[in-house]
Amino acid sequence: MASMLLTSLRCSPLTSVQAAQFAARSISTSVHLQAQAKSKKTLAKPGVKNIVLVDGVRTPFLLSGTTYADLMPHDLARAALQGLLNRTGLPKDAVDYIVYGTVIQEVKTSNVAREAALGAGFSDKTPAHTVTMACISSNQAMTTAAGLIAAGQCDAVVAGGVEFMSDVPIRHSRKMRKTMLSLNKAKTLGARLSLLGSIRLAHLAPELPAVAEFSTAETMGHSADRLAAAFGVTRLEQDEFALRSHTLAKKAQDSGLLSDVIGFKVPGKDIVSKDNGIRPSNMEQMAKLKPAFIKPHGTVTAANSSFLTDGASAVLIMSEEKALAMGYKPKAYLRDFVYVSQDPKDQLLLGPTYATPKVLEKSGLTLNDIDVFEFHEAFAGQIMANLKAMESDWFAQTYMGRKTKVGAPPMEKFNTWGGSLSLGHPFAATGCRLVTTVAHRLQKEGGQYGLVAACAAGGQGHAMVIEAYPQ
Amino acid sequence: MAGVRALGSLSRLTTRRYTLFPGVTRRTFRVAACMMARTHVNYEIKGDVAVVRMNDPNARVNTLSVQMQREMTEVMDEIWGNNAVQSVVLISSKPGSFIAGADISMIQACKTAEEVTSLSQEGQKMFEKIEKSPKPIVAAINGSCLGGGLEFAIACQYRIATKSKKTVLGCPEVMLGLLPGAGGTQRLPKMVGIPSGFDMVLTGRSIRPDKAKKMGLVHQLVDTLGPGLKSPEERTIEYLEEVAVEAARGLAKKQILLTKEKGLMQKIQDYVMSYPFVRQQIYNTVQKKVMKQTKGLYPAPLKIIECVKAGLEQGPTAGYLAEAQNFGKLAMTSESTALIGLYHGQVTCKKNRFGTPEKEVKTLAILGAGLMGAGIAQVSVDKGIHTILKDTTVEGLSRGEQQVYKGLNDKTKKRSMTSFERDSFLSNLTGQLDYNGFNKADMIIEAVFEDLNIKHKVLKEVEAVIPPQCIFATNTSALPIKDIAAVSKRPEKVIGMHYFSPVDKMQLLEIITTDKTSKDTTASAVAVGLKQGKVIIVVGDGPGFYTTRCLAPMLAEAVRVLQEGVDPKKLDSLTTGFGFPVGAATLADEVGIDVAAHVAEDLGKAFGSRFGGGNVEVLKSMVDKGFKGRKSGKGCYIYQPGLKRRDVNPEALEILESYKLTPNAAVSSDSDIQYRLVSRFVNEAVLCLQEGILANPVEGDIGAVFGLGFPPCLGGPFRFVDSFGADKLVEKMRKFEEVFGNQFTPCQLLLDHAKDPSKKFHK
Repeated sequence: MASMLLTSLRCSPLTSVQAAQFAARSISTSVHLQAQAKSKKTLAKPGVKNIVLVDGVRTPFLLSGTTYADLMPHDLARAALQGLLNRTGLPKDAVDYIVYGTVIQEVKTSNVAREAALGAGFSDKTPAHTVTMACISSNQAMTTAAGLIAAGQCDAVVAGGVEFMSDVPIRHSRKMRKTMLSLNKAKTLGARLSLLGSIRLAHLAPELPAVAEFSTAETMGHSADRLAAAFGVTRLEQDEFALRSHTLAKKAQDSGLLSDVIGFKVPGKDIVSKDNGIRPSNMEQMAKLKPAFIKPHGTVTAANSSFLTDGASAVLIMSEEKALAMGYKPKAYLRDFVYVSQDPKDQLLLGPTYATPKVLEKSGLTLNDIDVFEFHEAFAGQIMANLKAMESDWFAQTYMGRKTKVGAPPMEKFNTWGGSLSLGHPFAATGCRLVTTVAHRLQKEGGQYGLVAACAAGGQGHAMVIEAYPQ
Repeated sequence: MAGVRALGSLSRLTTRRYTLFPGVTRRTFRVAACMMARTHVNYEIKGDVAVVRMNDPNARVNTLSVQMQREMTEVMDEIWGNNAVQSVVLISSKPGSFIAGADISMIQACKTAEEVTSLSQEGQKMFEKIEKSPKPIVAAINGSCLGGGLEFAIACQYRIATKSKKTVLGCPEVMLGLLPGAGGTQRLPKMVGIPSGFDMVLTGRSIRPDKAKKMGLVHQLVDTLGPGLKSPEERTIEYLEEVAVEAARGLAKKQILLTKEKGLMQKIQDYVMSYPFVRQQIYNTVQKKVMKQTKGLYPAPLKIIECVKAGLEQGPTAGYLAEAQNFGKLAMTSESTALIGLYHGQVTCKKNRFGTPEKEVKTLAILGAGLMGAGIAQVSVDKGIHTILKDTTVEGLSRGEQQVYKGLNDKTKKRSMTSFERDSFLSNLTGQLDYNGFNKADMIIEAVFEDLNIKHKVLKEVEAVIPPQCIFATNTSALPIKDIAAVSKRPEKVIGMHYFSPVDKMQLLEIITTDKTSKDTTASAVAVGLKQGKVIIVVGDGPGFYTTRCLAPMLAEAVRVLQEGVDPKKLDSLTTGFGFPVGAATLADEVGIDVAAHVAEDLGKAFGSRFGGGNVEVLKSMVDKGFKGRKSGKGCYIYQPGLKRRDVNPEALEILESYKLTPNAAVSSDSDIQYRLVSRFVNEAVLCLQEGILANPVEGDIGAVFGLGFPPCLGGPFRFVDSFGADKLVEKMRKFEEVFGNQFTPCQLLLDHAKDPSKKFHK
């Protein structure tokens, strides 16, 4: 810097253009210096590659059974991938690998990553695989990508997730499937007829997928209601939080902050460009609803839970050198992350409570260092329960083996652009939305560190620290 | 609708859930109420709802003791007199118990039937006031709600129960030879319908919360909570209270209505039941079933039917009176004393009188994956013990592992276990053919073939691979432990653990110590047995220990009876008629004729002619022909898969015919045959006590009833001697002795008791 200054001083008299340039440069320098001053430190680690988020997009998240109703999951995924290509101007053959998350699998496209990539026009030389980890599937996709880059195997990876709840695989009963499979093997007409004759009415009852734990057979909403009760979260608190989520989401949508949303021309329908689940109501209306899971005294209702959603998201993750070499201005660094897991019955949705202190410790940060929090809102009751758990010394000591609580995030930094309750929650697409939102909020609000945390079925959880890319 | 199955009901009585009538024997001393703050019941007023909390400071569970009842009456009177209170919530502060029943010592302290009747009437009056309360009362139930506790709850206007595994509702009084004496026989049939009502009071079966909701026994269920800002147990009770308070408000404001929309089936049932003729049919059917299953040996079920009938046919006044009077009568019966004695005995035998072992058994290795070995594995893996099951062949191992899987899977089918729990329990099981991992085992239980040489070989092989602190337990039914231990390098670590087949159903475990067995080894074996859910007796070493030794003379007598020309079916009906749950001939088939022959021969050698009677050759001939009992399809009876009916095996009759004895008419009446069988059993049991094989009469009674099916209504051989009279028994034995000789010579201890009637085995 000093030598530059000397050089420019020596080269006087200055042309006006040069002067302007100099001025601009010195301003930018001072901004940079300020940011550096605010940032106590960068989280870069010696010997570890810096991994950056170049950009992230998502299709509008729509209530299941609405405009996307006639599509297939890979159609949505395709839209997100194409949107990412358009947004970043990325050459299709510059991608080394694609990782995509999904939860409820369409059996025809069980490796939905590959089908979507081919359909989105990526090079057929780019391999793709699908990951699944319930509601943190796309977090898993992103960290898988980060792992590939850190290990030096790839330089540019697309990660994402898709969920399509408008159509889920409904199966024949096991008995019926068995009969039908035997039918294939039956050689004679007689054998076939006798197999057909063995079909009873009970065989015809279909098997519906449920958002229930396999290990406990408890639906997630039921568990959330019990969790809320365990932490003494009232119905009022839940309704208030849900209302907050919808109100903030509406505000963010109206002021154009949700810039990760791309327009999507749905075949046979109009272009969709907005999430359609954001519906700020009022406390009176919400109070009228009956509990959805535990009757008659439960507190979790349709209004304070996330709804069934269709949607897809995608992000471009690169090593910093590669991004800079390709001329990109990255949005954020992806730093430390953790996965946690606990009792799938009584602590099903407490992932954020366990993951947050762990990832902070890993990064050498405290809760106060974080400027932006994005937590996945599965249920208002689940969020409130997590906040109370994080605020409790007793819980930290009794169940987490910690000396003290980690503390609850301050609400003014917490999910300020809405969350899964209002924007919607396509299971495997939510993770990328959280990370992209953190990056955008850090840029917008000028913070340095962001924290993503989410719970997932199976009693698992995830958290990641994101650092703003110097502007 | 099943009536009382003698053994079945007893076995239910001992499930851990049933903590009814705990051993709260200390009577609360009386102090004028006004002088002392209440200790058992207190209440708090939350707005317009009074929350009444019960907590017996002196016991693990709440019981309706004198103190509890008096304080409850005081509290309720205050609440009824308080105009600010509109409704009431009744809840227990104890995590695992609402009210576990009446205080049994209160009943035992009564001298006459009239005293007990008036106790019952006091209870009835108290619950009548609750039932007619002008302010709705919500019973908030978490944990055991049994006997008097359930009667209290059903007198309330509304019931909310938690879905906790500890929450059970039922009236187990019948298992103690009593009846629900505080309105239970009157309110239950009205609440859940006559068939279900009969089922509950006659079987004493415990009802889980979800079933209770379906039956209409409770109105609302509350989930148990996990970790939160307080411990799960504490917060669950708080949550239950919150929900109950809301419900109480709703009831007071008439937002919750008590008249429930009845289902179609319910309507049809009610309509059908409105005909006296139909009801009469039901009484008859129930009576018949009870008679068939109890042989009329248990008075309680019959009295219960009487009470229910009186209430339904002649109105509440007659019903309540019948209930109180019959309750009084039953409390004075010997059957009730016997059953209560068994209950107390079983509680005693669920404790480890040898203290806490130095090292907990975490890894258990079982040798032999046969019926016994696999059975022991099954009851271990589901308690979280890592279990190695070793066999010598792949086929044997596969069969054994399948048995464990099936045992657990059957529970999944009955929905008492989820498939996930089954899988995670099975992950505790390692099946193998070698001694891999035995160096980490804390205990070995061998269940190989009953042959001393094989046992020796196994013991030596195992001792070469196990760590020094590892215990070697041998599962044998007759081989003396000291003989097995003879080849051991460390006899202080050798102990006998005699399980009964089928292991997952039979509750008894007989632990045998030699004079070399260390106390810590015993403590450890008892701890493992208790973990496996067993009722445990610890006995001294000797041929046949205690249980097998008592059974052998009785079976020898049974063979003689058969040789005398009594048909196996007749023999069975004579023994079941005396109260044995399984007839002697069937029992021999179940045990295995080969095993019986083996034991008879071994013990015959050890004890000489005293163990004679029937000719051992009869059993041997049967074994030679392949009639080994149920397992081989033929024994005294013929067993065909899928067929419940069984016929007597004619070929077995032929064998008996060839060994025919001429009966002596003086000792061959039905009653004589019964006493010939029983007196030899009882005499041998008393001899075991005399010789110090048994530590005390309580374990003797428990072992005989839970392991061998000695009639529960008699309470075990020792209680039988007490109630029947040692002198009368000796008199009968002398008569038999004249005909058969020393097999019927009463032992010295029995003679002592006969001489001095004040001597009793049980105080």
